Amino acid sequence: MINLYDQQKRNIARTRIVLTGFILFLAFLGMGADAFLYGSGAGPGFPIATLGALCLGAFSAWWALREGDRAVLESTRAVPVDPRDPNQRILDDVVEEMAIAAGLPKPAVYVIPDSDPNALATGRGPEKSSIAVTAGLLRSLNREELQAVVSHEMSHVKNYDIRVMTVVAALVGSVLLLSDWGRRGLWWGGGRRRSSDGEGRGSGGLALFFFVAWLVSLVLAPLIAQLVAMAVSREREYLADASGAELTRNPLALASALEKIDAAAAPTPSIKQGVAHLCIEDPRGRAVNDREGAWANLFATHPPIAKRIALLKEMAYQTAGTKG
Amino acid sequence: MAAIGGCFFFLIAIAFVAVVWAIWRYNNLIALKNQVVNGWKQIDVQLKRRHDLIPNLIASVKGEMQFEQDTLEKVIAARNSAVAARGVADAAEKENQLTQTLSRLFALAENYPNLKANESVKALMEELSSTENKIGFARQFYNDIATRFNTAQQVFPDSLIAQAFKFQPVELFEIKEAAEREAPQVDLSLHPKQ
Repeated sequence: MINLYDQQKRNIARTRIVLTGFILFLAFLGMGADAFLYGSGAGPGFPIATLGALCLGAFSAWWALREGDRAVLESTRAVPVDPRDPNQRILDDVVEEMAIAAGLPKPAVYVIPDSDPNALATGRGPEKSSIAVTAGLLRSLNREELQAVVSHEMSHVKNYDIRVMTVVAALVGSVLLLSDWGRRGLWWGGGRRRSSDGEGRGSGGLALFFFVAWLVSLVLAPLIAQLVAMAVSREREYLADASGAELTRNPLALASALEKIDAAAAPTPSIKQGVAHLCIEDPRGRAVNDREGAWANLFATHPPIAKRIALLKEMAYQTAGTKG
Repeated sequence: MAAIGGCFFFLIAIAFVAVVWAIWRYNNLIALKNQVVNGWKQIDVQLKRRHDLIPNLIASVKGEMQFEQDTLEKVIAARNSAVAARGVADAAEKENQLTQTLSRLFALAENYPNLKANESVKALMEELSSTENKIGFARQFYNDIATRFNTAQQVFPDSLIAQAFKFQPVELFEIKEAAEREAPQVDLSLHPKQ
């Protein structure tokens, strides 16, 4: 049994581990490159690759912590809530209500222009956080259900889930960017070399750079997968469901919201691969999340929705039981 | 001689630890107390907001709901007596009455399709019902934090600090509706009981 306070401490520690792991691994890659550059017999040279990799790692870590939330929101094309629109006004009010219930400052509120119902929270922690929901969610849920979803997200904010998740998302994003550069650069550099032999030397150097970037991202990919697996625990979704219900005192509203989200099983195209673990329900609409077991656990970022609903209903029965 | 010196040093170390512990627990109580005060302020902010919104709402529904004069007057009367209330217990009671008359008004308004179609009335209604929710949640938060403050004063050995510095337990907000009394029980065993 874990509680909110344990989860807070665990998340803060996890963020540190993820960031340090990332920096150390990059430094390790750099050391490998130095060993290769200087060979074994050449004696100690200036460890340029190690230092470069260390700086790159430290910068990405710093950037992930500082600007990660903005990167996540931009990748989903979220726009700030418009209080003049009646439906968005309700969302804004509901977020403020839940912030009061949780005793936290009000997060920034965003709407993602996507017709599939989903929601996510991001940020560094309670003092700087954002909650974004899709337009589809606003359309398909009633006020109570919307409140329940926002309360779930507010719990992620309160227990620092968002800090780990955002940092991981930003690191995944930067590695994806790196591999994209590498692949495109290789193709481009290769094409240039074939077209004109005179410039072969210069673009060859460029191609080498892109090849290295591509290799590094190839090596990084499994590490990143490992980081995601480490940071993402299925427990945290159950915990956010439970503590969200504690805020609204209304577990059934969250259960029915999840039922509606599940019924619209279409994938959410606005939400990219790297951000999936931030959402209330897996935006990829994949079947792995519906199964329990070791194999499913390896790949799913979310627990089976049917089980979450069953637990929430159980919670409602218990509340009714203590009253009557 | 050396034994006495060691003993003396040992006592000093214990006294030091005790003082550090006392400061730590005292600061903890103060932090909780400030959160309680802040929680109380938050309720006040929302109540004030409600008092300000009601005259606007009444003015904009008056024309349409002229057959509900009785209810409208009751809302105004309840609002005015809530504004004039003095003291915590008095205010709590008056505010509860206001909540009840308001929810009757909201229920009646459902019968007037013209009202529901009117954008500005709809916006006002949303703002007021959101304020109602905020009042409810602010009270809920206040009660949670006040309970933590009271518990922190009563558990041993923190109770020694609380008594020495004359901390007083604070009163909880009574919530009238039975449904709001119970927090749902949180079970994280991850297995729905059959």
